[in-house]
Amino acid sequence: MITLNHYLFASGALFALGLAGVVARRNILIIYMCLEMMLSAANLALVAFSRFRVTDGLPDYAAQSLVFFTITVAAAEVAVGLAIIVALFRSHQTVQVDAISKLNG
Amino acid sequence: MPSFLFYLFVAVMLGFGLNVVLSRNPVTSALSLAVCFVGLAALFISLDAYFIGVIQVLVYTGAVMVLFLFIIMLLDIRAETEKKTNLPAVVGGILLAVIMMLQVGSVLRAFDEGKVSTADKALSLQQGAQREDIVGIKTIREDLKAGTLPDAKLMGLTLFDRYGFHLQAMALLLTVGTVGVVVLSKRERQTPPAA
Repeated sequence: MITLNHYLFASGALFALGLAGVVARRNILIIYMCLEMMLSAANLALVAFSRFRVTDGLPDYAAQSLVFFTITVAAAEVAVGLAIIVALFRSHQTVQVDAISKLNG
Repeated sequence: MPSFLFYLFVAVMLGFGLNVVLSRNPVTSALSLAVCFVGLAALFISLDAYFIGVIQVLVYTGAVMVLFLFIIMLLDIRAETEKKTNLPAVVGGILLAVIMMLQVGSVLRAFDEGKVSTADKALSLQQGAQREDIVGIKTIREDLKAGTLPDAKLMGLTLFDRYGFHLQAMALLLTVGTVGVVVLSKRERQTPPAA
């Protein structure tokens, strides 16, 4: 039987995977993809809570509205972030984060 | 939903998610992330969130991942050839993930409210049709009485009825984002234009 905890565990596992990727990888594009993965993991937890909080016989649509807004913000964030990565590549000719150390005191 | 489908889609999601982190070629990572998000959309649909599932496929796998692939090909990023791994970072990443999973596991073990299945929390569409903000809207009421969940209609009702201001703020955010991208990707002039 699939319970709410199953969904929350899957969400936590996806988040942990993204976190490990952000810390371990050095390619800024892959770090960015892992960030997207963590955002989606939070969305999965929200949708699970929405389905399991039945009010008046229907799922709680406030949580799904929050997911809708998160996806919109994520789309805007990806557009701006990738523009920054392109600008960074133009000035440094690299996407490896250890090569970018100007602010490293 | 049968449990084997749940485990199948979780396996697809986590397996391809792992491939994103492990792959040396950014194109492989991006395509794996697209498949990972399809698995996630299937989980959304298993939770009766059809609209969010479709949005997930359209926006993430359709738009965002294509944008990622476009940037990878625009910048012509090759796979990392030399076998150089940053050992402290890799160990730190794995350690953080393990700690996170232990934490999630211990919290969920104590979370008794989470030990309910969708069958315990069954939807009651007939009861939903009686809700005071729904009973006056013919299309949603008829759908609920006919026994189908009008997911997109209910999302629209919630968004425009309760979160209209937030929706407009989101529209402003997208506009600012678009302007920001144009400003960021405009090449600066080498010489100032003659006045």
